[in-house]
Amino acid sequence: MSLLHFAVLLPFLYTVFVPLFFKKVPRIHTGWFVLIVPLLLFVYFAAHFPLQSGSTPLFQSFSWIPSLGIRFDLHLDGLSMLFALIITGIGFLVIIYSIYYMSKDREALHNFYIYLLVFMGAMLGIVLSDNLMVLYVFWEATSVSSFLLIAYWYQRKRSRYGAQKAMLITVTGGFAMLLGFLMLGSAAGTFSIREIIGMKEAIVNDSLFIPAMLLVMLGAFTKSAQFPFHIWLPDAMEAPTPISAYLHSATMVKAGVYLIARMTPVFGGHMSWFWIITIVGIVTLFWGAFMAIRQFDLKALLAYSTISQLGLIMSLLGIGSLALHTNYEAQAMLFSGAILAAIFHLFNHSIFKGSLFMVVGILDHETGTRDIRKLGGLLNLMPVSFSLTIIGGLSMAGLPPFSGFLSKEMFFTGVLTAYRHIDQWVILLPIAAWLASVFTFVYCLVFVFKTFTGTYRPERLDKKPHEAPFGMLISPIVLATLVLVIFFFPNLISYSLLEPAMRSILPTLLQPGEVFEVHIQAWHGFNAELIMTIGIVVMGTLLYKTYKKWSDIYYELPRKFDFNHLYDQGLTGAERWSGRITSSYMNGYLHNYLSYIFTFVIVVVGGSFVLQQAFAIDPSTNAIIEWHEYLLAASIAVSAGFVLFVNSRLTSIIGVGAVGYLVSLLFVIFRAPDLALTQLVVETITTALFLLCFYFLPKLKTEIVRVRVKISNLLISIGVGTVFTLIGISAQSTNPFKPISHFFLNSYELSGARNMVNSILVDFRAFDTMLESVVLFTAGIGVYTLIKLRKSRGEKR
Amino acid sequence: MELIMAIAIGVLFAVAVYLMLSKTIFRIILGTIVLSHCVHLLLMTMARLKQGAAPIMGEGKSAFTDPLPQALILTSIVISFGVTAFLFVLAYRAYQTLGTDDMDEMKGEPDDEQ
Repeated sequence: MSLLHFAVLLPFLYTVFVPLFFKKVPRIHTGWFVLIVPLLLFVYFAAHFPLQSGSTPLFQSFSWIPSLGIRFDLHLDGLSMLFALIITGIGFLVIIYSIYYMSKDREALHNFYIYLLVFMGAMLGIVLSDNLMVLYVFWEATSVSSFLLIAYWYQRKRSRYGAQKAMLITVTGGFAMLLGFLMLGSAAGTFSIREIIGMKEAIVNDSLFIPAMLLVMLGAFTKSAQFPFHIWLPDAMEAPTPISAYLHSATMVKAGVYLIARMTPVFGGHMSWFWIITIVGIVTLFWGAFMAIRQFDLKALLAYSTISQLGLIMSLLGIGSLALHTNYEAQAMLFSGAILAAIFHLFNHSIFKGSLFMVVGILDHETGTRDIRKLGGLLNLMPVSFSLTIIGGLSMAGLPPFSGFLSKEMFFTGVLTAYRHIDQWVILLPIAAWLASVFTFVYCLVFVFKTFTGTYRPERLDKKPHEAPFGMLISPIVLATLVLVIFFFPNLISYSLLEPAMRSILPTLLQPGEVFEVHIQAWHGFNAELIMTIGIVVMGTLLYKTYKKWSDIYYELPRKFDFNHLYDQGLTGAERWSGRITSSYMNGYLHNYLSYIFTFVIVVVGGSFVLQQAFAIDPSTNAIIEWHEYLLAASIAVSAGFVLFVNSRLTSIIGVGAVGYLVSLLFVIFRAPDLALTQLVVETITTALFLLCFYFLPKLKTEIVRVRVKISNLLISIGVGTVFTLIGISAQSTNPFKPISHFFLNSYELSGARNMVNSILVDFRAFDTMLESVVLFTAGIGVYTLIKLRKSRGEKR
Repeated sequence: MELIMAIAIGVLFAVAVYLMLSKTIFRIILGTIVLSHCVHLLLMTMARLKQGAAPIMGEGKSAFTDPLPQALILTSIVISFGVTAFLFVLAYRAYQTLGTDDMDEMKGEPDDEQ
């Protein structure tokens, strides 16, 4: 255990105190007490900052389950550092914001902060774990805590629906990822990510390499809301706004991005890795941007925007992975620029999206609605929020002088590089990226201007709007300031934060001592990227102005292709069909269940009998049969068969009794005097028992059974009979082992008994006898209870 | 002898299964009784029959039949007796309470599951 371990576990440990603060100090908002956790952690991580170029990353080991190769190893390198700073930094701001957002009188704050802390710790665990299994544990912890946070207002139906949907999708992906990890672990023989990266050459030809890759991707895509698994994210917007800002824009949805980045040294360089990630990313980018425009709810708009931006980051990671491909060694540095763009945009997105969510929360708080159709003309009433929205919104749109512009330009460079160096038809990539950016521009305009300009219609609002309290504005102001600072001084973070992160994504590209060229500048000449941006502004403005003319396109889309619809249909369909299948065979009739069981016995026992060709017949050692024994065997069969055809209680009792007495006669012939005695007595008692209850029993009726059922019953019973006859014949015809019974010849010497059977019962195997008496005793109690205790339905004694 | 016993046991099995597949609870109990007879005889037959004298050491006998299956069967007889007695009383009580001996009618209500 080291300080780094403690840092990861601190949020979990702190959850113990949260209810205490909430219950004992109700006058102070619980958030103030929680605030210290991200603050401490942020300071701790910032103390390692900047990571020296070329220095070995901080590595702390702790043995957890050594026999399974599971070690709680933590590892702080450039990539982890970037994420850890985002998680703790934005976590800190979100908690400040939540203190003003969540009412301390009306809300169950202890739940809120416990879930939030669990989430924060789990997220830190994901980004710092070196062990795949530990990473998975934290991964699922984020799924669970996110589930709890989405359903924070569990009284609402939509919250529960959203939470369930998010849970189902992310946990399905998580499971796939676990499978992928196990495959990767078995291919490499270790779960340590560093060791797996070290033996990349060895595992790349393993037959499990491609399946592991696909499964890991599935996990990352579901978590990061990539197409077509993006549908959970808009429904997760039922969570309180601080949660949406934290989980569903800055941290959790980036866990998938982190995973892809972390796995790039393992899988990167493989063409299918590149294609799948890039295409899924571009499709997500386009679809998210396209769908965002039609949203009326501001949070839903931001959710689709998040989906779209994550797609952008994803596609950049895909393109960047080509730097590791052997065919593109000459262009490796060009492709590595895409990785830089990805992590830079990841950083930017966390910042501006966080602030935008917070602004939406403020709007919601101050006007009582998030519906874009009701808002408008708030410019003069909420000037600070407006400025914040302009900064965040235009950064998202990719305009100068905001940080989004820089990463957007680098994104275009990335897709253009891919087009120039791979193939002609890859021109589709920049085109799709450009179109998506146009849509992005449009929804940013919608977001900014539909909310704040236009006519002010107070009659539509639930509250009288006014500017938010200062406390609520602190966090978005800090984030918006960062957006501006990063535009003007991007190199504040480029060498200290982004370059080490790049090095952990592309560890093999550089010779020791080298560093990536990551100088970011706002003006890089008059080139294709700039023309594209200008095109976006022109085209986007045009589309925004003519929105009414083309918005019908959204309603032309067939509902069948709506993924939410598919998801709902799939869920209800699965439920309906499993219900149908179950009720088709679980129909409550004992007869059916017994038929299944007996058929199963015939199929499995008889089938394996046939398959193993186990039938053997060897009558040479058999005992000699005398004529009266033939008669006995025949009469036992006849008297049993007789029971089948009688419809009188007395006759059938006599028939079964006859079988019993004949069995005891057989015991006599087979030289088993004790058995014969017992059988005789038991049979008598059983018959007496039957006769005792004789008058209370119903009359046996002829059963009216359909012919079909009769035939199947007959077939089943004949089948069982045949199977057991064959088994009986074969079992005594083969003689693999000698019996152990000669040991019991010593019974006189060992136990002083001449009767071997009795000495076995009470001496050699007396436990059987003891428990058998217990059975008899229990049955007696059962009979007594059944007769004595009477409690009719619904009646209380 | 073992061959003929195997066939007789097969017939008993068929009868027992057929009885257990019927609707009346009384016949089902009869089926279980026959089934236990089958199993006892099967156990006996598997250990080979009439290999010597009864397993009681007496004057000058050297070959005995196998005592172990006999002990097992003895245990089994007692247990199946206990279970049969219980089943029988259970059926009797069920008939008294529910007024039917038809297993198809002892199905429970469709909404009992909640």
